[in-house]
Amino acid sequence: MRHALVLIVLVAGFLAVPAAFPWLAFVFTLVIAKGFAALGVAILLRAGLISIGHALFYAIGAYTVGFLSSRAGVDLFLPQLLAAALVSGVLGLLVGLFMVRYRGIFFAMLNLAVSMVGYTLLAKLYSLTGGTDGLSIATPRVLGMTLTREAFESVLLYGGLALAIVLGFLAHRYLKSPMGEALAAVESNEIRLEYLGVSVPRVLLFAYVGSAVLAGVGGAIHALAIGHITPDLAYWTTSGQLVLVAVLGGIGGVVGPFVGALFLESVRAAAAIWAPDVWNLIIGAGLLIVIFFLPRGLYGLIERTGGRAKR
Amino acid sequence: MDFILPMLVDGLAASALIFFIAVGLTLVFSVLRVLNVAHGSFYAIGAYVAVVIGGFVMSAGASPWLSFPILILSAALVAALLGPAIERTFIRFTYGKPEAVQILVTFALFLIFEDLQKLIFGVQAYYQDAAVSVLGISDIGGIIYLNYQLLLIALAVVVVVALRVMLHHTRLGKMITAVVADPEVSATLGIDTRRVYAAAFTIGVFLAALGGALASPNSGVAPGLGAEAIVLGFAVAAIGGLGQIEGAALAAIIVGIARVVAIYQMPQLEPVAPYLVMLAVLLVRPYGLFGAATARRI
Repeated sequence: MRHALVLIVLVAGFLAVPAAFPWLAFVFTLVIAKGFAALGVAILLRAGLISIGHALFYAIGAYTVGFLSSRAGVDLFLPQLLAAALVSGVLGLLVGLFMVRYRGIFFAMLNLAVSMVGYTLLAKLYSLTGGTDGLSIATPRVLGMTLTREAFESVLLYGGLALAIVLGFLAHRYLKSPMGEALAAVESNEIRLEYLGVSVPRVLLFAYVGSAVLAGVGGAIHALAIGHITPDLAYWTTSGQLVLVAVLGGIGGVVGPFVGALFLESVRAAAAIWAPDVWNLIIGAGLLIVIFFLPRGLYGLIERTGGRAKR
Repeated sequence: MDFILPMLVDGLAASALIFFIAVGLTLVFSVLRVLNVAHGSFYAIGAYVAVVIGGFVMSAGASPWLSFPILILSAALVAALLGPAIERTFIRFTYGKPEAVQILVTFALFLIFEDLQKLIFGVQAYYQDAAVSVLGISDIGGIIYLNYQLLLIALAVVVVVALRVMLHHTRLGKMITAVVADPEVSATLGIDTRRVYAAAFTIGVFLAALGGALASPNSGVAPGLGAEAIVLGFAVAAIGGLGQIEGAALAAIIVGIARVVAIYQMPQLEPVAPYLVMLAVLLVRPYGLFGAATARRI
């Protein structure tokens, strides 16, 4: 009930605020993009696996769109999005196949290494990726229609919101399924899980591919919203940011990462106006406060105050 | 093939700098069990402080030979000011917490330090190369070396030896070894583990700051230095086996040589070399070259 209420308020906010303040539409689109990627990171965090490398899949999603748009001449919105999900999913499967053997810090560091290889390749393979100049992405056609930039931005925001609800619901069902519940068991005692006849590598591989797809979709939306992409998307600080967003929001549910993304992008937007020099500082301090005082993240705060009101 | 040797010196000098970061990281990890993302910030701050103090003293007309003590004293200053303070205020609360929490707390510190550096030192690049120019170059059999690079390699060797002596032949070192082996029993035996943690962390900060300070005369200092340093440090520390000092040294040499080979064969892929080495090593030996899955030693 409480969750449904929070969800309705959030969705209503996403529908109403950009309509009232058009300049916020861009910020909200980025919230959805980062939220998708952070949700992917949060799914892995449930198994105690911290990936400081998921920006790679975010960047792969973005570069798939960029490549289709500026190199292959595919200027259709839905194929671009599907391709981003597919390519990041396939890469997630390839990387995940050997990543599922590692736990703890080595999982974190291997993800970091893979993403740094990806970052360097994106930066150095100039003829393919445009190097550090990046790629520009033209406004794509939607269902065969050529839209103005403003109309496309609305499509991106509201289409992204609809997609967030659909994928968020799927992720929620997944987390409540035996496969999803097994993630928490991997963290607490995976040997017991193996005794029960559950294949831990399979549980983790499924989660890894799913998280890669979510990050890829987020990256695609990011690319389409900004219209230009650079290799920095794959740099480790972007990965750190995604983990930060997931933990800020709270990894308990599907909504948490989106709340975290909303917080991060709001602070970024506010900092861009009033304090452009210290936005890292504000985010860092915010993160410390959440870790030390709100172990269940910002979304946990909503849950807690809601619980009190109910009592 | 004449250029192989100078390139090797180049590569080893770069390894020496990465080694300073990685060995501090590895020491802090083996004692505190915390993977410190903010370690890269200490490297950058060490570089900034050395360049600013060095520039100030040099512009006052001092002898360029003074730049060497300045490099080392700057690192000591950074360690003395930041080491105990950061350990006491932030790191201490993450002991025994999940790795995600530790990485995030130190990542938050890293973000805060990034902006503090920009606020204090600005975004322009700093140069202060008195230490490099005063040492000059040497010409051995027609091959020209930068003497400063040879000094870096020698200093890295000194650090390895000093750490070994410190850990095995001093009171503090024995306490550190005991705490690494079993913190609870050591505490029962009367070792003040809190002080050991603070000391180990401060040594780690000193090594990172020293790496930054020593890197500054050759390459200058600009924003983004810390972010680059820490990923390289992670890669080298992981290759060596987290918590292994000799492992970090060997890994630094391997990475340095890998970069030289990359420059020689495929210059575009030179920045990827450390990570490819890391992937290759961890695929075969999941705990790194020297890391044992069972007992850990330093």
